[in-house]
Amino acid sequence: MYDRLYEKDVAITGIGQSEVGRPSTLSGMRLTLDACLEAISDAGLRKVDIDGIACWPGDNNNGDSFSPVGPLALKNALGLEVNWFGGGYEGPGPLAGLINGAMAIASGLCRNVLVFRTITESSTRQHNKEASALSNKTLGRDSSFAWQWYTPFNVLSAANLVAMYAQRHFHDYGTTSEQLAQIALTCRRNAQRNPKAIYRSPMSMDDYMQSRMISTPLRMFDCDVHCDASTAIILSRRDIAKDCRNPPIHIEAIGAALNQPWSWDQISLTEGAAFDVGRMMWSRTDLKPKDVGSAQLYDGFSILTMIWLEALGLCPKGESGRFVEGGQRIALDGELPINTNGGQLSGGRTHGLGYVHEACLQLWNKAEGRQIADHQVAVTAAGGGPLGGSLLLVRD
Amino acid sequence: MPRKLPALTADNHSFWQGGRNGELLIHRCEACKRYFHPPSPICPTCTSFEVAPQRVSGKGKIASFTTNHQPWTPDLTAPFVIAIVELQEQKDLRFVTNIEDTPPEQVHIGMKVRVQFQQEDDVWLPLFVKD
Repeated sequence: MYDRLYEKDVAITGIGQSEVGRPSTLSGMRLTLDACLEAISDAGLRKVDIDGIACWPGDNNNGDSFSPVGPLALKNALGLEVNWFGGGYEGPGPLAGLINGAMAIASGLCRNVLVFRTITESSTRQHNKEASALSNKTLGRDSSFAWQWYTPFNVLSAANLVAMYAQRHFHDYGTTSEQLAQIALTCRRNAQRNPKAIYRSPMSMDDYMQSRMISTPLRMFDCDVHCDASTAIILSRRDIAKDCRNPPIHIEAIGAALNQPWSWDQISLTEGAAFDVGRMMWSRTDLKPKDVGSAQLYDGFSILTMIWLEALGLCPKGESGRFVEGGQRIALDGELPINTNGGQLSGGRTHGLGYVHEACLQLWNKAEGRQIADHQVAVTAAGGGPLGGSLLLVRD
Repeated sequence: MPRKLPALTADNHSFWQGGRNGELLIHRCEACKRYFHPPSPICPTCTSFEVAPQRVSGKGKIASFTTNHQPWTPDLTAPFVIAIVELQEQKDLRFVTNIEDTPPEQVHIGMKVRVQFQQEDDVWLPLFVKD
């Protein structure tokens, strides 16, 4: 279809992550700097080598805890001289910074892009429990393109919208709460081996079933846990990457498609954007789903991980409930380990780049305490509803 | 229970204020005859500008739903039912709403419902009850 697939000119060369606090006493900027400097150093690069910055969603809400630090503030704090920089919400979900950054490198605008994502929802909620209610995204009447169709009906969280996807999945495919629980239970088991994870105490099926109902059929343990953290990833041009400190992790294929309306209720209730994303990603590579050794799949809500399993062809459509049943297949020693650091459900809602950070640790055999069998191919995907993006990663 | 109300515009006021006359108004394209939602000055299927709000039956079925239990804000009275209702006029013609006057445990996918407007200031919210 295309004569050249430009993402193959780009590799991940370094990663970094701040402390993951609930809450952290550090400022959003300090968390960001900790992550970014660690990533630059991890790549074996210096500050002067960074000539691009990318972020999703950026500081588009004036310091809002969902994204308190954007590319502009970071550029000033680090004194970076750049050829290209960009942020903004309106892209293919939480991996959009990586996708944009990769394209900036592939098109010759820059050589090494610092991609980051900072979130301070935990500390903000210490003094304002309503900070993330959708009704507080706009002052006065709701003039937002998307939310005005939901907030008048007291849809005040994405949990309500995603709960309706789960309900439909249960209805159409016979998926059960016990099956859905396996995502939360698997994440908790993995988190117990990750010292940075927020929730590390054991969770049983009873604990899950008794956790309070948030929005049927989603319980508290189906929803991710707010935190304060920053994650950074360095992207480099292929020829530079081979001289960096780590074995390059190549971007084998990007999924970023949306062939339906950008809307939480006009989009397919069982597919979201994820199926469009998966089709695009696999159309850009000769690799197949059976080649994937680990999968880090968005778990802002547990049902979204199930949808990603289907959308990326890791199990047949409608079969994710049966695929995860019992939890063995998706465990650290299973045929397809998922969310090996505890995901966002137990690890913390680092929101997007945390999955890529963990995928790289696993591919580099650096996931101490939770390292899975050596493998070269990993998939990461993030987003729910109309938000969706994926990356197929291959280590040299 | 308080509600956040939408900012009215030239494009959306027909949907939010049709209930003043007891009418559920949904945009329809004169060229390809398809209904679409949310309202817009152009048909997303055939890009015709020949679009206008048209009265529909106000009857449909539940495509999905959830019972919200979480008090996202202190003045929210939970539980209440949020649903996506598909109107009978056209497959996938749907929007988010609330199901009123029905015990949550009786609500199910496929349940037939009809519109019932609730006025809040200058907005007539299209809510639904069991038909």
